Amino acid sequence: MTPDDEPVARRAARRARGWGGVAAMGVACALTASLTLLPLTRGGDAAAPTGPFGPGPGAGTALQAKADTCENPEASLRPSTEDGPSVTAIKQRGKLIVGVDQSSYRWGFRDPETGTLEGFDIALARAIAKDLLGSEDAVVFRAVPTNQRIAALDGGTVDLVVRTMTINCKRIKQVAFSTAYFRAGQQVLAPKTSPITGHDASLKGRRICTAEGSTAHEALVERSFGAIIEDEGEGTPADRNLLTVPNQLDCLARLQMGEVDAIVTDNALAAGQAAQDPAVELKGEPFTEEYYGVAARLGNDDLVRRVNKVLEDYRKGRWQEAYGVWLEAGLGKAEPPEPLYK
Amino acid sequence: MTQPPSAPAAAPHGPAAAPARPVVPGQVSRAAAVGAAPPPPARGAWATGREVLREAATTEPGRLRILGAVLALLVLALGTVAGLEAADRAGSAEAVVGSSQPLSADAAAIYRSLADADSTAAAGFLAGTLEPAESRARYDRDLATASRLLVKAAANTDGSDESAREITALGELLPRYAGLMERARAANRQGLPLGGAYLRYANQEMTTRLLPAAERLYAAETARLHRDDDDARTWPHLALGVGVLALGVLVWAQRREYRRTHRVFSRGLLAATAATVVVLLWLAGAHAVARAALGSAQTEGQQSLQLLNEARISSLKARANENLTQVARGAVLTEDGKDDKYEAEYAKGMAALTDALARATRLAEDEAGRTPLTEATARAGEWRERHAAARKLGEAGDYQAALDRIIGPKGTDGAKESAGWSFDQVDAALERALAHEQEQFTRSARGAVDALTGLPLGAAALGALGALGAVLGINRRLSEYR
Repeated sequence: MTPDDEPVARRAARRARGWGGVAAMGVACALTASLTLLPLTRGGDAAAPTGPFGPGPGAGTALQAKADTCENPEASLRPSTEDGPSVTAIKQRGKLIVGVDQSSYRWGFRDPETGTLEGFDIALARAIAKDLLGSEDAVVFRAVPTNQRIAALDGGTVDLVVRTMTINCKRIKQVAFSTAYFRAGQQVLAPKTSPITGHDASLKGRRICTAEGSTAHEALVERSFGAIIEDEGEGTPADRNLLTVPNQLDCLARLQMGEVDAIVTDNALAAGQAAQDPAVELKGEPFTEEYYGVAARLGNDDLVRRVNKVLEDYRKGRWQEAYGVWLEAGLGKAEPPEPLYK
Repeated sequence: MTQPPSAPAAAPHGPAAAPARPVVPGQVSRAAAVGAAPPPPARGAWATGREVLREAATTEPGRLRILGAVLALLVLALGTVAGLEAADRAGSAEAVVGSSQPLSADAAAIYRSLADADSTAAAGFLAGTLEPAESRARYDRDLATASRLLVKAAANTDGSDESAREITALGELLPRYAGLMERARAANRQGLPLGGAYLRYANQEMTTRLLPAAERLYAAETARLHRDDDDARTWPHLALGVGVLALGVLVWAQRREYRRTHRVFSRGLLAATAATVVVLLWLAGAHAVARAALGSAQTEGQQSLQLLNEARISSLKARANENLTQVARGAVLTEDGKDDKYEAEYAKGMAALTDALARATRLAEDEAGRTPLTEATARAGEWRERHAAARKLGEAGDYQAALDRIIGPKGTDGAKESAGWSFDQVDAALERALAHEQEQFTRSARGAVDALTGLPLGAAALGALGALGAVLGINRRLSEYR
């Protein structure tokens, strides 16, 4: 039985279970409020085909509404090369310690042949090390899991995090971001022959894979177009981790096994996935806009200014160079985002 | 297990037995023909059946006939019941040694092979795009062993029980697991991180579906072993009861005879008594020995085997997770999002290993059993230290050094400094300990089978002899009334 001819009741039941997961995320109350407010706040979507529960739960909306209460989170400190306490400490140590990803293809990943870290993020980290300490190799990479990025900065285990980290209003209260070095957005990835056309009605009844707790998952919870986005028995031992997986790359394995119909992740990571499977492609346009920034510990202003200085130069030439090596094949031509200052 | 000689022996000379049977001409002639040989034939025993019954309650010869029949039946019943019960216990004991324990051991081997395949594949993965040949061979061997033992286990189930259900599940899941693993290898060979995703998917299938099914199969097979073991150890209550009753009646009969005739010995009754006593003693003695042997097989062998299997599987799981920490590199976290999932699983596996080793050491009853356990415990400690050192290096960002500490650097003697080497030593020591305990189990349980050997036949033969003695003894007295 394909998801299309699945009885509506069962689909509704599944979604209801999915909602259970949402509630578990601690946004149950926001949900109730957003449900009643939905027709008002999202009036433009009234025509969109929706499941029996209306457009995806408004939990994500509520979350974002709470976080998105600032203007221009991408605005950062003016660039400067003046040494402050944090830059001095790094110079005395002689090594820049950077938290990176090790498993995002084309961004931060370990070449299995050589065992060295490679990728767009890694290239930027090396450029910062070169500017600060005079050598691209004066850098120690530490693998930091997605949800440990802020803790690693707070705990002082890393000086900077260069790890596909999205700048948003919630995070700028926790860490200090550089200016944006990349513009990304959530996008749908599906087999080339798939009838799915993007984040739209073509998702109805399809099984969509996202990483647990990711922006992509939140975006789908907010607006699912009737797609199936939660595993049966989510969060219980019966959960087989097919639709919500620990890592975005796990989605590609499920897609190849025919266990899901499409993947939603940000296009930067989706491009990395597409690069590993010539049979899949990005569908439609990115349906969100977000910017990646280099993160430092809150208060390390001198370091942020210094990174912004590096980025000024980086955007002028080496950015395009690194983009050409790592990302252009999957994402097409692009320009670095213009810096925004406070 | 009716003894052929008993029927002819009892029928013609125990006239009182007649009322119990319908008078069938064929039987008469046959009984007469057989009975004609050794003892002097009694006068028309069968023909006077009804008359005898009528006389029985009132006259002494009648009472004697009834007594003779009862005695003969009791002793004969003792032989039959003792023979049957002993055969049943011997069968169960044989099943323990010959089938259910080996099947339980096989189930443990299936479990172990699967866990080993998973940890081997993960280790091979870490070596880079080219998986070492020995790692590949070990993985293939593990999967082949698991498949072969599954077929064997399937042949030994009746198709409806719990074991059959788990075997079916394993049969369905194993090809899927192997498929995921081959995809992981193919992607890794091309240098794609996707290989790591497939490896983790395969590991998830292994730890959440295959290994639990294998564990349940092991539990089911072990439960069967315990059932057979309990059956073999059950006292033959019925036979003992009949024996004591027969002995009581025999003593009473001889006392009665002594009181009436002042004759101390009736050779026939004495022989019946002796046969009964021998059967009783043999039965009780053999069972006591068999029970003791099975008991020590249970405590010294099976319990240790169970703990050692637990230890080995825990260490394999810990090793697989240790390897996966290097594959996933912090990309997968525990449910609460606080720790590396594989690091947490590794710690859990090591804790289970330590616990199982400590309990197995307490159970080990001799030096030969303790030595490999001491070794395993020491190596496990060393492994833990090396893992901690590797983890520290990994956290400091020195991935290659961390990896070298875990799988050992390529082609140098430094391999002996790795956590992998310590793990191999733990595994080898546990294998030695398992072999030792298995041998102890088989030896003890074999002793139980030996103790019961000959008892079924012996009890039956003695029963027949005793019955014959009782009949002869009573007949002799009876003849005095003619």
